[in-house]
Amino acid sequence: MGNNGRGMGEAEGEPLRTPLYEWHVAHGARMAAFGGYVMPMEYKSILREHQSVRTAVGIFDVSHMAEFWVTGDGAAAYLDRLVTNWPSRLEVGHALYTPMCYPDGGTVDDLLILRLGEDRFLLVTNAANHDDDAAWLQANNLWPARVDIADVSRAVGLIAVQGPDAVRLVSSLATSPVSDLPGFGLREDVEVAGIRTIVSRTGYTGEDGFEIYVPETGHETLAVWEALAAAGAVPVGLGARDTLRLEARLPLYGHELSSEITPLEAGLSPFVKWEKPDDFVGREALWRQKEAGLTRRLVGLKVEGGIARAGYPVHSPEAGAHGVGLVTSGSHSPTLGVPIALALVPVAWAKVGTELQVSIRTRTVPARVVRLPFYRREAV
Amino acid sequence: MQVKDGLRYTREHEWLDGQGRVGVTDYAQGQLGDVVFVELPAVGQRVRQGESLGVVESVKSVSDLYCPATGTVVAVNEQLAERPELVNQDPFGDGWLVQLDLEGEPEGLLSADDYRGFIEE
Repeated sequence: MGNNGRGMGEAEGEPLRTPLYEWHVAHGARMAAFGGYVMPMEYKSILREHQSVRTAVGIFDVSHMAEFWVTGDGAAAYLDRLVTNWPSRLEVGHALYTPMCYPDGGTVDDLLILRLGEDRFLLVTNAANHDDDAAWLQANNLWPARVDIADVSRAVGLIAVQGPDAVRLVSSLATSPVSDLPGFGLREDVEVAGIRTIVSRTGYTGEDGFEIYVPETGHETLAVWEALAAAGAVPVGLGARDTLRLEARLPLYGHELSSEITPLEAGLSPFVKWEKPDDFVGREALWRQKEAGLTRRLVGLKVEGGIARAGYPVHSPEAGAHGVGLVTSGSHSPTLGVPIALALVPVAWAKVGTELQVSIRTRTVPARVVRLPFYRREAV
Repeated sequence: MQVKDGLRYTREHEWLDGQGRVGVTDYAQGQLGDVVFVELPAVGQRVRQGESLGVVESVKSVSDLYCPATGTVVAVNEQLAERPELVNQDPFGDGWLVQLDLEGEPEGLLSADDYRGFIEE
């Protein structure tokens, strides 16, 4: 038996550690390089960790995520120009999801923007893109007024608490109410287990839950984590985080988004605000793409007889069909019990119900285009 | 972690028993994590020692299986199509992979004691 190198993770240079590194190792986590950090992939079982989040509550160390404070008079206008969504319309105490594009429409990264004050925003971006993001934020800090950008990626601890029991769990440990927060709502100065945090009703799993930002990392993050674990939350590694987000059809940069993939191709047009009065980076190229019509788009596949992994080619069995698609992410779906995948395919193949094929090593297996997301939690 | 006496082992963590049955070791299933898919050769296929015998997939990884002996596949564990988790639950028993009709004696396999020493290194 030998791993043939189609696993997850990449590393360059000396990997960083989150404030919870020692805890993960002491609790038997299988550690691997991801986004420049050594992160827990799984503790005991990806399938059981996945299940815990769908049925109870799980906690994730996501302190590897990059964070930048953007503050100053022109902060809202700066962000409106930088991203495709509309941060200046965001109310204080709310967050939004947005792609951030290059002038050619390719994607720099996707991120959350939290508005903590009129002129005070926290940007949360992918760890793997930290350096590119930092440079891009600075390079665009020109207009209409220079803003202050503070890279606090290494200082901020971040714990995601996800699952149907998340509200009850976090409420039991927080001094301020959190159950009244709407989706994408947030509150500052919430004490959790005696530590001052920012709590937002956001996540990356398709479940209800929170992300808890610990501004001063170190033992503070560990104190919050240990309190959550002691109260019954199941520690969950990045392995299950990936299967959870895949079922919920949430994009992962480097897979569904990249400098070569626009937000429109990735099915993120609701987050591209054409009606925004001022120009934004990538607007013209994206508009041209929209007017010309997309040539490819992201679809969901149910695959039979094998697991379609990222990079595997997708074909159409129709005689005369030309073109080729590409699996962007694929795995066994723990909730559905079948292999699922996201794939970028020629737009003619994107209709739900279309029968396609995926090449898996030496075999070709059937795959059907299905409605997305693969999993949607039931409304409470 | 269990190493079963009386079996022969590869350095790639497969086992071979006296009836020609092949599986992966307890150590291997622990390293793999939750097995969710197994791809095996067809009955009647001739396989050679050291060549690929199929693939075991966990949620996050794809691992090649190496054939511990040369011979012909006379049976594959059909249960694994529906229950790949048997590889985790019972790697030396119900989680077996294929049965071979051996051609001659395989060379270079490890005894249980040698394999124990190998994985402890």
